[in-house]
Amino acid sequence: MDFKNKDIISINDFSREELLHILKVTNQIEQKPKGNLLKGKILAALFFEPSTRTRLSFTSAMEQLGGQVIGFANAESTSVQKGESLWDTVKMTDRYSDIIVIRHPLEGSARLAAEAASVPVINAGDGSNQHPTQTMLDLYTIQKTKGKLDNLHVGFVGDLKYGRTVHSLAIALSHFNPTFYFIAPDALQMPEGYLDELYRKKVKYFKTSDLNRFGRELDVLYVSRIQKERFPDLLEYERFKDVYHVNNSFLQNVKKELKIMHALPRVGEIDRSVDSTPHAVYFEQAANGIPVRKALLALALGKLK
Amino acid sequence: MGRKKSRGRKIKERIRPKKVQANAPKQEAKHELKISAIGEGTVIDHIPSDATFKVAEILDLAHHNGVVSIATNLGSRRMGKKGIVKVGGKSLTQEEVNKIAIVAPDATVNLIKDFNVKEKAKVKLPEVVNNVVRCSNPVCITNSEQVPTRFYVLKKDPLKIKCHYCERSIGKDEIEIV
Repeated sequence: MDFKNKDIISINDFSREELLHILKVTNQIEQKPKGNLLKGKILAALFFEPSTRTRLSFTSAMEQLGGQVIGFANAESTSVQKGESLWDTVKMTDRYSDIIVIRHPLEGSARLAAEAASVPVINAGDGSNQHPTQTMLDLYTIQKTKGKLDNLHVGFVGDLKYGRTVHSLAIALSHFNPTFYFIAPDALQMPEGYLDELYRKKVKYFKTSDLNRFGRELDVLYVSRIQKERFPDLLEYERFKDVYHVNNSFLQNVKKELKIMHALPRVGEIDRSVDSTPHAVYFEQAANGIPVRKALLALALGKLK
Repeated sequence: MGRKKSRGRKIKERIRPKKVQANAPKQEAKHELKISAIGEGTVIDHIPSDATFKVAEILDLAHHNGVVSIATNLGSRRMGKKGIVKVGGKSLTQEEVNKIAIVAPDATVNLIKDFNVKEKAKVKLPEVVNNVVRCSNPVCITNSEQVPTRFYVLKKDPLKIKCHYCERSIGKDEIEIV
């Protein structure tokens, strides 16, 4: 499997075999760190929108492999303020770097950037659309903590309407014969388009607004933040912001091996008391961003196969 | 020559009401006017009634100098109601045919020469629709950058297409032509 020069734009572009291969390389790189693998390579990090974890973990991953990082952390200090198009910004950056990582508020921006660039482009989030490296680290976390990806019962709770991590993970896991439990108020349930796709792929799923209803069934619970910035109506946000709270009383009625995940940042949806239980894997999940992004950088730059 | 003329009239016949009242000559005259034949040009038939004016918009007929006849809500055995657009002095490009296929997937395009149908073709919905539809997602990059849109046809009936860039699926009722 050759990933050299492959763009990483959408989880929809990856087959089961390709995902498994990426996870295998991630595991290898985590077991045996390769210090100078990307020496002499330059990563351009184009962050048109704020990000903490994604930007820092890409930077850390590149530097740990001996590469360098150029770029910007917000669009305010760039020619975008002068009206430069995304196409032109990417065309210019293409000449300065070996690989581009882009985060941009507009959906489809990463796909367009990949068309403008001759070097590989990695999507670090395009609005509410895709964030494939987050999905890959979510898959890696599940594989590591559950020992497998196949035949799992996975619950998603919170904002399933606007939560891109939820959408992408559901699509990625659909390659592995899962059973899904979508836990959200009706107004924040999984969009019909995704449910149609799961139906077409013969994935079994249940919908409920009650967090406790399927507690005992779950192998993994993926908690998502009610994202203020995605709500067109703030009143609607106020109605739902505290609707779910994962705490110790919820944990009384779950499997001992249940793993609780969250892409972070969390606001009030997981109680701090959960952090010290063996169920909590969200900080490990955030840490997995490093090996996954190392693997993707090395694969796209053709330094690992 | 005689045979050719009768073929030209056939189009008129098909959309004439089956039973014409003997005491209603005025109505018939109106009907004739609505569907008058064209000598040279294109007749687009079997358009869903609600898409008739969309077809006129796609072909920018408001700015066409030749004869244009637009008829809608005509009776059709196959479709219930249909529209017809006749454009004098114009043949369609492939791009225009593709655009029509988006709003009228069962339309037929007849090329008329000397009042006769010279070529008759059904429009065909392509698998990839390039630069025809505007993405209905306001935060799609194609609505901010100068970039030709591209959609993949997911389902033909009812039409559902997916944006190559923002991956949003849009249905028949949300489709806006570029």
